[in-house]
Amino acid sequence: MTTPTATEEQQKSVSTGVRDTLRAGLQQFLAFASLIVIFAFFSVVSPNFFNYGNVTNILFSTVVIGTLALGTTFVIITGGIDLSIGTGMALCAVMSGVLIVNAGIPLPIGVLGAILFGGLIGLVNGLNVAVLKLPPFIATLAMMLVAQGLALVISDSAPIYFDQTPAYIDISIGSIIPGTNFPNAVLILALAAVIAGVLLNKTVLGRYTYSIGSNEEATALSGIDVRRWKIVIYTLAGLFTGLAGVMISARLGSAQPATGMGYELQAIAAVVIGGTSLSGGKGSIVGTVIGALIISVLNNGLQIMSIPQEWQNVILGCVILLAVYADRARKGATA
Amino acid sequence: MTETPLLEARGVGKRFPGVQALQDMHIELRRGEVLALVGENGAGKSTLMKLLSGIYTPDEGEFFLDGKPLVVSGPRDALEKGISIIHQEFNLMPDLTVAQNIFIGREPRAGRFFLGDRALEAQAAELLDRLHMPLTPRERVGDLTVAKQQMVEIAKALSYEPRILIMDEPTAALNDAEVRTLHDLIRRFIGPETGVIYISHRMDELKRISDRITVIRDGRYIDTLDTATTTMPEVISRMVGREIVGDFRPEGVRPDRPVVLKVRGLTTKDLLKDVSFELREGEILGFAGLMGAGRTEVARALVGADPIESGTIELRGQPVRITSPAEAAEHRIGYLSEDRKNLGLLLEQDVNANIGLSSIRERFQRWGFVKDKAMRARSRELVESLRIRTPSIDQTTKFLSGGNQQKVVIAKWLVKDCDILIFDEPTRGIDVGAKEEIYRLLNELAAQGKSIIMISSELPEVLRMSHRIVVMSEGRVTGQLEAAEATQEKVMHFATMRPETEAVS
Repeated sequence: MTTPTATEEQQKSVSTGVRDTLRAGLQQFLAFASLIVIFAFFSVVSPNFFNYGNVTNILFSTVVIGTLALGTTFVIITGGIDLSIGTGMALCAVMSGVLIVNAGIPLPIGVLGAILFGGLIGLVNGLNVAVLKLPPFIATLAMMLVAQGLALVISDSAPIYFDQTPAYIDISIGSIIPGTNFPNAVLILALAAVIAGVLLNKTVLGRYTYSIGSNEEATALSGIDVRRWKIVIYTLAGLFTGLAGVMISARLGSAQPATGMGYELQAIAAVVIGGTSLSGGKGSIVGTVIGALIISVLNNGLQIMSIPQEWQNVILGCVILLAVYADRARKGATA
Repeated sequence: MTETPLLEARGVGKRFPGVQALQDMHIELRRGEVLALVGENGAGKSTLMKLLSGIYTPDEGEFFLDGKPLVVSGPRDALEKGISIIHQEFNLMPDLTVAQNIFIGREPRAGRFFLGDRALEAQAAELLDRLHMPLTPRERVGDLTVAKQQMVEIAKALSYEPRILIMDEPTAALNDAEVRTLHDLIRRFIGPETGVIYISHRMDELKRISDRITVIRDGRYIDTLDTATTTMPEVISRMVGREIVGDFRPEGVRPDRPVVLKVRGLTTKDLLKDVSFELREGEILGFAGLMGAGRTEVARALVGADPIESGTIELRGQPVRITSPAEAAEHRIGYLSEDRKNLGLLLEQDVNANIGLSSIRERFQRWGFVKDKAMRARSRELVESLRIRTPSIDQTTKFLSGGNQQKVVIAKWLVKDCDILIFDEPTRGIDVGAKEEIYRLLNELAAQGKSIIMISSELPEVLRMSHRIVVMSEGRVTGQLEAAEATQEKVMHFATMRPETEAVS
């Protein structure tokens, strides 16, 4: 008796499903199309841009920002922000140096320790935001300063070099693909992106991330322990920070305690260019990866064209504005 | 009746710093009944809801479920104990789909951590089918109409298979047809072991859906009446503590006044088609129609908040082009949005700041410095003349009741000396007593020669206040009625009319 309506509903469901996929696709498509356009532009204007060496270079330079951006995508989808990821990364790099170089702990355990230390930073952020109800901006701004200070204190303001542990450096620079010099770091970023994508799309954690960002109070009233999940999400962002700390120090061959400031804004920029809304509820890992790629393609291409660093920042700023503007215009068109 | 009630509150009290929100509250919900809970805003209904969902804990008294003491530790606990609450504010995640919203927190899983989205959608489809809801599981909730969002809320509440369903103002945003659908759902839900607590301001609805009516006032239990044997004036008099004589007719209807605003063929891209009407001096022109008929859109197009495709607007005989609300204000047209809290007021600011806000530039500044004294004096004047109940003009606006907040919005536009005022749902969410005051105020304004457009979804309000009534349906004007000839039936006839057939004849 209800069969005809059921089929009707199903058909409608299929068509809205397709529409939603298309719409979500459009957002990513825009970012992806911009990436292709920028890429094509540089390929045309500079003969040194499009070749294996330079493309590898671009991918390699995406790793640190990309890794930070992956973690912070979760935080931003909840409607929060994490400003501590830049200096947190530096602190984790220093921790890695302290554990592996100074304390002589075996490499895998040292690496794990550094990543977990990142998780600890995130946990503290999460507790501040979820339990003490501090605004994320303030809580993580404070953590940004704490992390930078601690990095300097722990390292005595001096870089820690990994000269004696070449295996550590190989985490980023080495290549496990035989016969190539394709850096491991890029593979690790790809793996991290896949993990982040699965977490966001296929797990309860991901569903609650969107849910909290979409309407936090409603999520709580639905019986979900919003506090706990926020702590988990900030901790997750911290783990990615830790990973980024390992990757950057392995790449540089040293842990630089005074660096890190500014990386958080680049990572947030990547997330925003990728179509994730700072007001929460919307976003994707694919978008974030594309956003990070756009930033490094721009940096690389402008460098190859010998455009001064100062102007590169001006252009990057304009790209962020354009990305957000395009997102607005698109929303205006559908509304 | 010796049967133990399904749910009972005995002597429940709740204090907040400086306020006794609830005192000695009694509620008795019987099996198989719809118990209406009515009271003015601030009477303690929300506090009661929050106690039942475990957000607050009572300071005194106890709840009983099936005669056994009931302690609720949180929203989840309430749901597990069979109490589903649909709160007044929408509690949905607009960025998630229908299915994701319904099963949030209980999504089918593959393993401990991974989602089983196919099972989720199948379960949602099955539930929606069972409830006869025309919704699809994969639609994004933010894309749905308010009425459909409401359905999602109800589907979500019912998916817990509760024994007690509590609805706080479920029909505030629904039109009559949608209200009927909701009531059908409630009747299907009611069984020998279930019960509904139905909170509403709409008196006509209570008669249709409820079995008994419990009235509360100022945080106290007042009385419980059998719906079948009581009259609405009786209920209202218990709510406000005084008798309100019903069935007013509009005051000061004078068809001979000059036309101040003449709208011809107003058309917008999205909805409005060829909307024409006239507004006279000192007139209250009611705009009636179902939700989505385009009444708010007319107002927004008039004040330049939405672009106009074609059509003309004449002000006192002069054609004008208005492209922004600021320009509209220069032409002394004020629009008082239906969404007071988001679009009409700065809730965190004090009354004085709100009243002066839109006139600071013309009236209360010299060389960029605010003339505080003059502004405060004018605010005080208006607080007095509009009888805004506030301890002082320095009170933060969010602490005022809904009716008094609405008066602050009105004061804001009076400072600007607007002579055309467009009120969009001026009494939405305002309790009965405060409504009367808003009505009195509208009549006074009209008597002073101000011209008023009043958009309202409550037919009794439209009939009572309007000198003339414009009825809209699907973006067109389908009828215009003089006060003397207007009846509920006539207005509904035009409001439900398909405008296409009208256009042909």
